[in-house]
Amino acid sequence: MTFFAIDNLGVRFGGVVAVDGVSFSVKQGDVHTIIGPNGAGKTTIFNLIGLIYQPTTGCIVFQDHEVRGAPHDVAQLGIARTFQNIELFEQATVLQNLLIGRHRHRVTNLLDELLFRPSVRRAEIAQREAVERVIDLLDLAHYRDSRVAELPYGIRKVVELGRALATEPKLILLDEPSSGLNPEETDDMAFWIEDIRALGITVLMVEHDMNLVSRVSTRVLALNEGRVIAEGTPGEVQSHPAVIEAYLGGGE
Amino acid sequence: MRFIFKTEYDQDIRLFQHGGQLFWYGLLGVLLLAAPLVVSGYVLSQLHFILIYAIAGLGLMLLVGYTGQISLGHAAFLATGAYTEALLQAAGTPFIVSLASAALLSAAVGIIVGLPALRLKGIYLAIATLAFNVIVEEIITRWESVTGGSSGKLLKPIELFGYRLSSQESFYYLCLALAVLSCLALMNLLRSPTGRAFVAIRDSEISASCLGIDLARFKTMSFALSAALTGIGGALYAHKVTFISPEQFTLIQSIELVTIVIIGGIGSLHGAVLGAAFIIMLPQGISIAKGWLPDAVPQAGLQSVVFGLILVGFIIFEPYGLYGRWLKIRTYFDVFPFYRRGTFRRQRSYLRSERLR
Amino acid sequence: MFSQLLQLFLGGVAQGCVYALIALGFVLIYKATEAVNFAQGDMMMLGAFFGLTASTVLGLPYWATIAFAIIVMTAVGMLIERVVIRPVLGYPTFTVVMITIGVGYILRGVVTMVPGWGTDTYTLRTPFGDAVLRIGGAVIAAEQLATIGLTAALCLALYLFFRFAKLGVAMQATSQNQLAAYYMGIPVRRVNMLIWGLAAAVAAVGGILLAPVAFVHANMGFIGLKAFPAAVVGGFGSVPGAVAGGLIIGLVEAFAGFYLPEGFKDVAPYVVVLVVLLIRPSGIFGETARKKV
Repeated sequence: MTFFAIDNLGVRFGGVVAVDGVSFSVKQGDVHTIIGPNGAGKTTIFNLIGLIYQPTTGCIVFQDHEVRGAPHDVAQLGIARTFQNIELFEQATVLQNLLIGRHRHRVTNLLDELLFRPSVRRAEIAQREAVERVIDLLDLAHYRDSRVAELPYGIRKVVELGRALATEPKLILLDEPSSGLNPEETDDMAFWIEDIRALGITVLMVEHDMNLVSRVSTRVLALNEGRVIAEGTPGEVQSHPAVIEAYLGGGE
Repeated sequence: MRFIFKTEYDQDIRLFQHGGQLFWYGLLGVLLLAAPLVVSGYVLSQLHFILIYAIAGLGLMLLVGYTGQISLGHAAFLATGAYTEALLQAAGTPFIVSLASAALLSAAVGIIVGLPALRLKGIYLAIATLAFNVIVEEIITRWESVTGGSSGKLLKPIELFGYRLSSQESFYYLCLALAVLSCLALMNLLRSPTGRAFVAIRDSEISASCLGIDLARFKTMSFALSAALTGIGGALYAHKVTFISPEQFTLIQSIELVTIVIIGGIGSLHGAVLGAAFIIMLPQGISIAKGWLPDAVPQAGLQSVVFGLILVGFIIFEPYGLYGRWLKIRTYFDVFPFYRRGTFRRQRSYLRSERLR
Repeated sequence: MFSQLLQLFLGGVAQGCVYALIALGFVLIYKATEAVNFAQGDMMMLGAFFGLTASTVLGLPYWATIAFAIIVMTAVGMLIERVVIRPVLGYPTFTVVMITIGVGYILRGVVTMVPGWGTDTYTLRTPFGDAVLRIGGAVIAAEQLATIGLTAALCLALYLFFRFAKLGVAMQATSQNQLAAYYMGIPVRRVNMLIWGLAAAVAAVGGILLAPVAFVHANMGFIGLKAFPAAVVGGFGSVPGAVAGGLIIGLVEAFAGFYLPEGFKDVAPYVVVLVVLLIRPSGIFGETARKKV
């Protein structure tokens, strides 16, 4: 069974081809990282997988289902993502953000909720227990009841990760998890990625920090100008001539 | 300052966070129940309006304050509820059935309005709801065979389980019961997944969608619930004024409802009630104030100016509304002397891309 | 038959010009500050009243009353921006909409309270009187022609202004990113104030042109509501769109009033706007904006 694969994926915005015939597959349990210079189309690929943009070519397959429809369909399949610029619910508390992440596991219906029947109460408690596990994993207990708008950037990134984890995904897409973090926070992030992997969740990641990439990734894909230029283990890709050229420019 | 040490999930979930809250709301409940015995007939009559507009305001608050949509046409749902009630009562339907039908029909109309709303945001949604209000008003005026057109419709007192609710007191208790039930239903909603989904849609649609929230479904649900509540308010309104006609459900009334939500404080259920109370008592206040002004000043003009000034004033100086002002006062005393003015400062977004959601 | 159509057409265009002027005012403010001014119709009404006063009390000739109304309303527009709109810079759009609705209430109330104005209806005398022209069998009032002519002249003036004047470019900058515009040395607050003044001036012209048809009274501004469909149809945020939208709505009204049963004339613009919003919300010339994540 193909765990996750994209085949000839492409999108154009007007005359600009942002992603051009990208294909790769991800094995279950891997930490698969996409690297590339700015503007290479990495986040665009994430947006395509999440169906925020509709692809103009190609298809996405997850656990032998084709991924199509709207973003909420993607989430229901068990794919979660974090956003590069943090898209948390600012006016809500950390706890509420994480609870909203549990939406996919909702078992109650509207009528029951209006009456707040005992079944709803039991479901609520179950959701909160699940969220507590995420809070424990990410050390967010101190911030549980703080409004997101009041939190520093580093904590918000962690909450963003927590919210994605709260959906209990099978595949998680991390968009530059270490951007804006200091070295200690990046260390924490590396440990968490390993923890996530230990939980059995497959990770697909976009990242710039090469230390982090080498440390946690099992496979790396290099992208430039919307096309794949190299794929392999971290060591292979980092020494690949095309990759070096893309980052540093051609030799004089 | 009160510290609540939580050891069980139930403490987070339940409606009253601590004994103090239970005490004050209990006291409020007793006062409300005793009101007809204590206040004058005039005040009781005003309380009717406050409760009715509070129910309608709760409906709009759910849509605007909690799901982040805009509606400048909610009077259309008020009308749907009112006319459904009038027509069904004339046909001899029991009150429970006619009230439920008013709610359901308003919900259906709400779904119809909600459909274009799925793709529209901001000013476009505002104009769409405005247009919708105008069209509904026109339909009511033209469909004379059913609605009586401009001649309007008369209503008889409510008959509930064989009792005639023709007295002020009995109508008051009915309105109070429905208002309390509406509040409870909404509070239940807000502490369960659907309520959280609404709030998610308000704060970041893209995020909500990526977390599995079907935007179309939940926005439509919000419109339907909002319309249903306002429809119930409309049915009660019809019985209160006993005579309904299209001119009572125009854009002016829609704006009044939105003003209730803004003045009361967007994003709080208390706000709907406080806002309703404020708006109903405003004309009284103006009449009293007018006694101090020269006779030449016309009542209508003064009312318009005061209404506008209050609306503008609240938005500029008190964006969190009456409930917000109450929260600030309470927080001041709660954390005395550590209160910081910046605690409630509102976020401004200067970047256009930040204002997109 | 043809003359009938031509008559309807010209009447629709003339009325459409008034809607276009009001819609222009919206769009100017929207382009610059992303605020939607629900009080635009009431500003038009106030402009008409100032024109009336200029004509009756000050005894000025027609063209002078237009100038007078423009000058006074520019000041009023700038004042409104300074006092009411500036404090809410950066607030969400809905909030600003509600503030302008409040401003509308205030304007209507104040007009009703002014001794010489009050709640009465007045007529504004124009130098055209009842003169009519006959074109191909259709009858068109000189007033209507003047409306069309003046609107066209105003549009041309605005086009040149935005194309060649620094203020026009500055305006676009502030609408995109106010902070960055500040850093570039653009006096953002002054630009906004001037835009409001400009929009009010355009409204004043609209008010005076509308006066012969709708008469001058405190609730005259409600006609301004129909300018919303005009702005949406043309594309919110597009100046040529506002004009195109206004003309379209005017024509829709004229033809609906003649061919459809009674009452449809009033709802026709709103039905049109609902249809447009369903099919193509960005209107004819408008642009869609989407958040990038």
